[in-house]
Amino acid sequence: MQDDIVLTMRGICKNFPNVKALKSVDFTLRKGTIHALMGENGAGKSTLIKVLTGVYTMDEGEIRIDGIEGPVSIRSPQDAQNCGISTVYQEITLCPNLTVAENMFIGRTKKKSVNWKAMEKRAGELLENLGIPARPRQQLGSCSLAVQQMVAIARAVDTECKVLILDEPTSSLDDKEVEMLFRLMRELKSRGVGIIFVTHFLEQVYAVSDSITVLRNGELVGEYDVKELPQVKLVEKMIGKDLEDLSVIKKGAAASQENYYEAKGLSSSAARPFDFRIAKGEVNGFTGLLGSGRSESVRAIFGADQVTGGKVTVDGKPAKITKPLHAMKHGIGYLPENRRGDGIIADLSVRDNIILALQVIQGMGRPISRAKAEAFADEYIKALDIKTASTDTPIKFLSGGNQQKVILARWLLTHPKYLILDEPTRGIDVGTKTEIQKLVLKLAEEGMSITFISSEIEEMLRTCSRLIVMRDRNIVGELTGESLTQEKVMRTIAGGGD
Amino acid sequence: MKTKKTSRFFANNSALLIPLIAILLLVIFNLFRDPGFFSVSIAANNNGDPVLQGNLISILNGASELAILSMGMTLVTAASGGQDISVGALAAIAGSVFVKVLKGGGAITGSTVLLAVLACCAVAMLFGAFNGSLVAFFRIQPMIATLILFTCGRSIAYWINGGATPTVTSGIIDGIGSFIPGIPIPTPILIVIFMGILFALLFRFTTLGLYIQAVGINQGAARLNGINAVGMKLLAFVLLGVCCAVAGVIGVSRLSLINHETLLINIEMDAILAVAIGGNSLGGGKFKLIGSILGAYAIQALTTTLYAMKVSSTDVKAYKAVVIIILVVLGSPVVKEAMDRLWKKLRTSHPKDAGKEAA
Amino acid sequence: MKLFSKRADGTRREPMTDTQLLLTITICIFVVMYGLAILILGGGFRKPQMLFDILNDNAFLIIISCGLTLVMITGSIDISVGGVTALVAMVGVMILNGNILWIEKLLGSLHLQPETIPTMRIVFALLMALLVGLAFGAVQGFLIAHLQIQPFIVTLAGMFFARGMITILSVQPQKAPQALMDILQKRIDIPWLGSLNKRGELIPARMEIGVVAALVIVILIFLLLRKHRLGRSMYAVGGNQQSALMLGVNVRRTRFMAHLLCGLLSGIAGFVFMMHTGAGNATNATAAEMNAIASSIIGGTLLTGGVGSVIGTFFGVLTLNTIKSIVITSGLSEPWWQSITTGAMLCLFILLQSLVLMRKKQSKGKKKRQKRGKGTA
Repeated sequence: MQDDIVLTMRGICKNFPNVKALKSVDFTLRKGTIHALMGENGAGKSTLIKVLTGVYTMDEGEIRIDGIEGPVSIRSPQDAQNCGISTVYQEITLCPNLTVAENMFIGRTKKKSVNWKAMEKRAGELLENLGIPARPRQQLGSCSLAVQQMVAIARAVDTECKVLILDEPTSSLDDKEVEMLFRLMRELKSRGVGIIFVTHFLEQVYAVSDSITVLRNGELVGEYDVKELPQVKLVEKMIGKDLEDLSVIKKGAAASQENYYEAKGLSSSAARPFDFRIAKGEVNGFTGLLGSGRSESVRAIFGADQVTGGKVTVDGKPAKITKPLHAMKHGIGYLPENRRGDGIIADLSVRDNIILALQVIQGMGRPISRAKAEAFADEYIKALDIKTASTDTPIKFLSGGNQQKVILARWLLTHPKYLILDEPTRGIDVGTKTEIQKLVLKLAEEGMSITFISSEIEEMLRTCSRLIVMRDRNIVGELTGESLTQEKVMRTIAGGGD
Repeated sequence: MKTKKTSRFFANNSALLIPLIAILLLVIFNLFRDPGFFSVSIAANNNGDPVLQGNLISILNGASELAILSMGMTLVTAASGGQDISVGALAAIAGSVFVKVLKGGGAITGSTVLLAVLACCAVAMLFGAFNGSLVAFFRIQPMIATLILFTCGRSIAYWINGGATPTVTSGIIDGIGSFIPGIPIPTPILIVIFMGILFALLFRFTTLGLYIQAVGINQGAARLNGINAVGMKLLAFVLLGVCCAVAGVIGVSRLSLINHETLLINIEMDAILAVAIGGNSLGGGKFKLIGSILGAYAIQALTTTLYAMKVSSTDVKAYKAVVIIILVVLGSPVVKEAMDRLWKKLRTSHPKDAGKEAA
Repeated sequence: MKLFSKRADGTRREPMTDTQLLLTITICIFVVMYGLAILILGGGFRKPQMLFDILNDNAFLIIISCGLTLVMITGSIDISVGGVTALVAMVGVMILNGNILWIEKLLGSLHLQPETIPTMRIVFALLMALLVGLAFGAVQGFLIAHLQIQPFIVTLAGMFFARGMITILSVQPQKAPQALMDILQKRIDIPWLGSLNKRGELIPARMEIGVVAALVIVILIFLLLRKHRLGRSMYAVGGNQQSALMLGVNVRRTRFMAHLLCGLLSGIAGFVFMMHTGAGNATNATAAEMNAIASSIIGGTLLTGGVGSVIGTFFGVLTLNTIKSIVITSGLSEPWWQSITTGAMLCLFILLQSLVLMRKKQSKGKKKRQKRGKGTA
């Protein structure tokens, strides 16, 4: 092992039922460097991190760590800690009701009594030392998320880690907070800690990282020096080109000129004001990296977040959409990005999950009869080829792809005029992906307006006739017709030329 | 093929297994102890009318209030993921209003009784709405929110009747509390059936069941599908209020008097227990009303059995506690998992049997 | 980013934690309420003895509430405490009466002198109190922490069991022998807090031994929660169980210990209750669990866990019972006013806490949004 290498992973394989999440991936981390791990959703980043932190056990491969003889076996988060691997997750895993100092030291000593003075003094020194703007006696919950994140890092650092994993640490931080975090990261780097930085934000990668490893579809694309890999190239490496032959899918005829939905200056508690329109039979899409505000925008359209302003017309008439029910009554359907959290009702049967939206539109006093529900469920199970033991099976027992189809069926059953699909193909096998894409085009041909969001640009290019590009929560461009090429889209997403 | 069907039935209704097994065990135990335990006979009551008698009837009759309350409690539990501990107190308030209205207007006729029932339902719904709004709007945990009414409800009941425990004597009230002349079945049983049908119709002709479950399982997703989550929680508490009122009326009618201190005392605990024994998660979500009702009858069957074994009414609690603990330990996920592991081990150690079963 | 420029230099006061905030609200309300009672109602409230009466009557409730606060901080609940208290009181009285045969046999086999036997009975009563309490705590703690059964159901069964056992032990209410009660009910005179009676004689303020025990327990639990690893673990578990696990806290053990301690404290409370009343009765300490929960809530403990303090709970008990005294002295003599005002007060406190915590969260959320807006604009 080379002297400056702190961590090597060789030939890591991890299989899940139906999916090969990691296919012989290599990864090397050097002392005192910040190494970005990049890839779109489903690329295998989080699986690799989870293997390294002992949440998953790998099927094949070996991990070596500086200072430890031979390959190490990491079977639990505790093992990872003992090997000197510390992780700070996107969701903060500290206790918000305790003070900053306590959060840094609780659960670490065997001593029975708590010496507040010594603990606070030590915490104060550590915070001062790392330049973290928190006071030891402050309640953690009263700190900003960035500071909470940093406290978690300080705790990790104090356990004398060699490898620090930062999993999407910046996704809920603003620019200043990000800058504070970067300062801390550079400080740690200068102390010789190896940092693995997982993020979706390209600019941030270029701001702090030394090298980049790109994964795609569970495979290693390559390891690059930051200086050798311009932004556009990176996006290309991350998104790649789909190898499967999808020439069967052809974009439908041009949509009519009549707008079905139009919004001016629409804003919500999560989305900045924006203008948007969609014609009847049009398929358009919001594109941009995760966190660029694309999901927040469509949530505002559906009334899912608190709407704070804007003028909306539906089918030529002014409309007020502040609650999901309003949107549904106007013929709008929304398939949410977070399938498990916002989409499925886990314990309810496939049948109930399918009829839910139609039922709500019909109203409380007009329940869909059991026989009718059964017929609807059967119809869509057949139409979308949903694999389920029966209509009675709780949806939680279905695979991700089939769950997604059930949610899709739920909205199709309402015969919407305008359907919003946020990441409908995430975490779904290629076959189903193609099916969903074909379905989208078929529906559009029948006159339905569809907004399609996906992290895979290939997919969006195949389906959408107009792309709205977002970056940093603002719309930065709109591409149609001739300009709808992969290169042009990537350039707009990456911004600032190449 | 047949086994597959039955196994699916049990998979879908496995929640009902606990109350059914509990009832079954009690029945078998009692039949061994006294083969004639469940015999039902017809005898004349004080008024000379022929009425049904026997342990079975007294179990069904005695569990009436509990069964009714457990229906409402199931809805509240499912929608809010918490329990209402003020049902006994609310029933006492409803009972007091009932008596107050009856006493207010001269002779007790059918129409005054109807008026009184409506009045006490209205008051109980109002208090239910109070509890519900604390839970739904202020997002206070149900147990804490209902602790308020639990603390002062019985005193409010006392206050309504001006510090007395008035009695009401009327044939109609007797009819509600015991028997309607000419019908040999105790009226409370009929009221439970009536309430059961009412809820069945409510679930049949509205989407209440689906909405409440959706809210209880995943409030966020329910909201995104246009369901008014806050309204559903509120509604569950209001419906529980109605159940409290009905239970209160039965309780008052049985004794022909309102005693704010003893009316349906400690019933909140039994009602929650009925929900849990009925296989419903106290954390909310999916529910089976029939399970809770069976749970209520299981509790009453246990009580009656213990009485029949000459256990005094105050001692019953201790035995009940032991039975509860055994039931919940058997139902605990940790124990289930351990049993599953043991089962698998046994099966793998006899691979032949496993093969047979698979074939 | 003001936080950044203003580093902790000792001169700036730290904003209060949730626990401190709720504690302060409770103490302020108690002081204001008691002050107003002295000013407006006068009479009994002017004499310190009023406060001591409240303490004497509620020493057991303070102890129970301490245990419940521990459990509530871990995000759990125990409603068996009242039942255990009553059961322990009954067992204690029966031991003092010499009604429990195996203890009598044991005493007989020790060849003690006859006059020491009654004192030995007191010792045994105390030992049994601790044992019964620990047994309840251990069983319930095991079922809740290790088998992960809902605390409400487990402790509900515990309550049923305890209440049922009382009448199984003795259907008739029991009374402890007067001679022993004279020893147990010894009071501590505090002359300097005394007051003059109508004839101008000085009546010293009197405090029961149970109150001393309660105060000691409050201090011990305070130290446990503040200074001991276990106490801090309880806060962590209540704050976020998943995080606590990730931070290396032994969640199961912490939850078990909370219930064990709660059981132990209920046992002690039972002994104190017996010292105060000298009676074993099935209706002893009725609804004590709900009073204890109410006290803890008034004292600023959240049922969601992670927030609370035992000092607050102490003041919660005082507040709750001062309200009752005020109602009585202010001429609302009808029996229902006591609990109606208690309920109203409880409602007020619960709404106040909910609003305070909601606003705190909201203002934080707003700040964050504003910051975000500026940050990327």
